[in-house]
Amino acid sequence: MIDVKGLTVRFAGVTPIDDMSVVFPAGTCGLIGPNGAGKTTFFNVMSGFVKPAAGTITAFGENLLKMADFRRARWGVRRTFQTEMAIEQLSVFDNVAMIHEHSGAKRSTRRADVLAALEFVGLTASPRARVGVLGARERRLVEVARAVVGSPRVVLLDEPAAGLPDEETSHLSGVIQRIPDDIGAQVILVDHDMSLVSACCQTTAVVDFGKLIASGPTAEVLRNEHVMRAYLGTEAEV
Amino acid sequence: MEAPSAASRDRPSAPRFALDLDRRTLVRIAAVAVLLVLLLVVAPEVLGTDWIFTFTSVAIYSVVALGFSLLYGRVGMISLGQVALLAVGCWIGTRLAYASAMPFPILLLATGAITCLVGVLVGLPALRLSGLYLALITLILAGATTVILGVTDFPNGGGGFIGRSATGSLTTSTPPVRRPEWAESDVGYYRYVVVVAAIMFLLGLVHVAAKPGRAWASIRESEPAALAAGVNITLYKLWAFGLASFMTGVAGCLLAAEIGVPRAITFQTQDSLTLAATAMIGGIFSLWGAIVAGIFNQLLPFLFQAQWGFNANLLTILFGVGLLQVLLTAPGGLADQFPKDMAKLGRLIRQGISRLRGPKG
Repeated sequence: MIDVKGLTVRFAGVTPIDDMSVVFPAGTCGLIGPNGAGKTTFFNVMSGFVKPAAGTITAFGENLLKMADFRRARWGVRRTFQTEMAIEQLSVFDNVAMIHEHSGAKRSTRRADVLAALEFVGLTASPRARVGVLGARERRLVEVARAVVGSPRVVLLDEPAAGLPDEETSHLSGVIQRIPDDIGAQVILVDHDMSLVSACCQTTAVVDFGKLIASGPTAEVLRNEHVMRAYLGTEAEV
Repeated sequence: MEAPSAASRDRPSAPRFALDLDRRTLVRIAAVAVLLVLLLVVAPEVLGTDWIFTFTSVAIYSVVALGFSLLYGRVGMISLGQVALLAVGCWIGTRLAYASAMPFPILLLATGAITCLVGVLVGLPALRLSGLYLALITLILAGATTVILGVTDFPNGGGGFIGRSATGSLTTSTPPVRRPEWAESDVGYYRYVVVVAAIMFLLGLVHVAAKPGRAWASIRESEPAALAAGVNITLYKLWAFGLASFMTGVAGCLLAAEIGVPRAITFQTQDSLTLAATAMIGGIFSLWGAIVAGIFNQLLPFLFQAQWGFNANLLTILFGVGLLQVLLTAPGGLADQFPKDMAKLGRLIRQGISRLRGPKG
């Protein structure tokens, strides 16, 4: 469980997160909202890239904000980025092994863990293949494999389905749904694809202009009037 | 690339993967072994003294280029002061050689260690800088090194920190920096340098193929992503600086004993730029590229000047054209492009011998 209390982030004159309090219960939680609502900024706070002006984040009873940024991975925070960040120069295996190396997991199980993570995401490319030669779908799966290897506690997925065709999104959806039970990690999913969010997330929080406007069971939240207005107001033109 | 991916589609089996890796590694080891035999056994038999001396320099500058490519190709930090660092290593090696009687391998290690320290000290503030700024700062440091060396020159066995004596018995005959006892001759020393260079390449390979190499690659791809992956970016950047400086320091000590009496004029600021250019032409993503860079840096000037009688300044133009070519069309450099082009050429020849004969005439 992740408990966010009074979180505020300010960049010179802008307040992307404004006194946000929300609880993400175990399992998979959605975090949705229009563009610029503060979703990625929240992930950046979780990863330690952004220092909040106020507020606390308690994850599994520990104060996450006290931890140095590069130590959070070892503690168990993993994330993917909106633009995919798999390392082109390295092979698929090395891409995932690299995360394992810094996760504090045992060296003796590295090989098995990496291959298990690749199997978990259903990647069909050879582990020896260089990521630079893979297609968008396979790179995305490599990223997810990077996020689930080495027993993470919290997996943050930032628009994992962006730009993927429908049938590949449904494969990804299946992978994400299995993360809490098979990997034992809590997932926070940011995405604009509501069918993906509905399929994966038991609960969903909605933010707009840095404030929480609704949270609860996903189906209820998506029917919420404020949520519809927030989405239709900005997303209808898109 | 197609075959293994098709095989693993049926069953992503671990043993096949292991076998695959071993075969590739074996081919590489065989290629390196053949190269070493050629260099160590065949070359001294067929080549004259001036060629051997040039090949010694090629081996030394390959190690310097290796340091550059590790920093730029693996971590993404561009350092335009690598030849200045070589001069620093050469200075330290010379000073230590005159001041102490330590065995040559220890001398190499000590020089490498001290140069490593210098490199890390330079790298420490440079960590805050990236891209163009780091390049500028390192270039300025290279310029400063040239100036300082110009004023103080290299040690010649004199006293004090500078180790330079302008008067007394040393002026008439400065003894050259010593070589290892059992490699005094040019050929013997050439073999020694090739072996040390091979060890440096092995050191680089061990790093690149292991945890540091993967951490460097992730830093190069994206620093935020590396941070999110738990990479201690400061530590790994300093590690890269330290490793490249160690190698360059060892190369400097080898160079000191090769030329015997090093002079400040040997190291110009622009040499650092030439080295960067040749390293990029050779290919910064492959260790082979550093060898190509060493050849471009040392063998080509020798061929142009001593063998063919061309103006060596032509080389600057050639390197400029080569660098442009690399930046525009072949970011992997010769080490990456040459095998591809050869494969393409082979295919063309196989496909089109008859076609070439036909309509052309």
